[in-house]
Amino acid sequence: MLQDYLSLFIKSVFIENMALAFFLGMCTFLAVSKKVTTAAGLGAAVIMVQLLAVPVNNIINTYVLKPDALIEGIDLSFLSFITYIGVIAALVQVLEMFLDRFVPSLYNALGIFLPLITVNCVIFAGVSFMVQRDYNFSESVVYALGSGSSWALAIILLASIREKLKYADAPHGLHGLPLTFITSGLMAIGFMSFSGIQL
Amino acid sequence: MSNTVKVPTWKESFLEPIIANNPVMIQILGICSSLAVTSSMKTAFVMGLSVTFVATVANVAVSLVRNYVPNSVRIIAQMTIIASLVILVDQLLKAFAFDLSKQLSVYVGLIITNCIVMGRTEGFALKYPPLPSLFDGLGNGLGYMLVLCVVATIRELFGSGTWFGLTVFQSVNNGGWYVPCGFLVMPPCAFFLLGMLIWAIKTMRKDLQEPNEYDTHREDY
Repeated sequence: MLQDYLSLFIKSVFIENMALAFFLGMCTFLAVSKKVTTAAGLGAAVIMVQLLAVPVNNIINTYVLKPDALIEGIDLSFLSFITYIGVIAALVQVLEMFLDRFVPSLYNALGIFLPLITVNCVIFAGVSFMVQRDYNFSESVVYALGSGSSWALAIILLASIREKLKYADAPHGLHGLPLTFITSGLMAIGFMSFSGIQL
Repeated sequence: MSNTVKVPTWKESFLEPIIANNPVMIQILGICSSLAVTSSMKTAFVMGLSVTFVATVANVAVSLVRNYVPNSVRIIAQMTIIASLVILVDQLLKAFAFDLSKQLSVYVGLIITNCIVMGRTEGFALKYPPLPSLFDGLGNGLGYMLVLCVVATIRELFGSGTWFGLTVFQSVNNGGWYVPCGFLVMPPCAFFLLGMLIWAIKTMRKDLQEPNEYDTHREDY
């Protein structure tokens, strides 16, 4: 039992890394990875929202949207996308107000990133994968933690490389984003080596 | 909204995003899906069409309601419009192209969080009337599709010797001469191709280059 959860966690962090194996959350991944501290803050925020959004959507999916779940004979699964995104947006809003009230230091550290997470594809994709793979509630909690951490790990790694990379003497056109693309490509190749692991 | 805002002509709003201000190459938006679906031309083409459709219709719809939606709930309003359109696309794909919708898996749903769609409704449609918004959405969608098709062409043609599933180079496995470069169909390759495309564009257009944070040729640090 515990072993299953552990292997699900390892799998979602390394083998199915959100950023480097599925290319999700790329816009923020490339744009907000100039400094390790901001990258770590954003990573923490993503883990937090992911931990809320995936289990909550799992409950809603099981008890409302699935065929015959709410009322016998009614299939609401065509409403899935609009429900998920609504739930995510509402959760981010609530989390923002909660942090502002009770943990102002963390709220100030996260700043603009928190509301932006609503449109970060990592969260939405986490929910979609959870639905597609039919995880139960406890699996969805583990998967949320794993996939959130995988993205945080990737962005912190990229940010630490980029902090060194700005001293590099690259051709002018290559500076900035193109170099970041190529770096993350190399990191993705590195992460491909995990795909051989059988769990 | 005041009427003094200069409304761009249809030519500006349509042609600019296709080449000069391409959403993927220049503005670096909508990267996730352009990396993930470009291993074959079919998926890239369908994805491009879907995004174009969603961007265009969402732009028009948001532009039509722009004077009635309070500023504080505009994000939710846009999300609802975009999500409904994506549900439509998803159901259509499932009905008429089931295999393709299986291949695209979660990436169809991810059009909701595609920064191009959201960016255009937020940045353009909220300010301008429906007609320019229509052309702007169309232009941005086609610009996205153009980049997707370029990357997918390179990856599919040299990665498996086919184009749109039709054999162009007869591969060795089928008794031909072409040894496919398997690396090109693997995901990380999309990073390199896109990085190199942006590199080429930045080399051609000096105004886009980012200044060096440190000049390594100076010695007086």
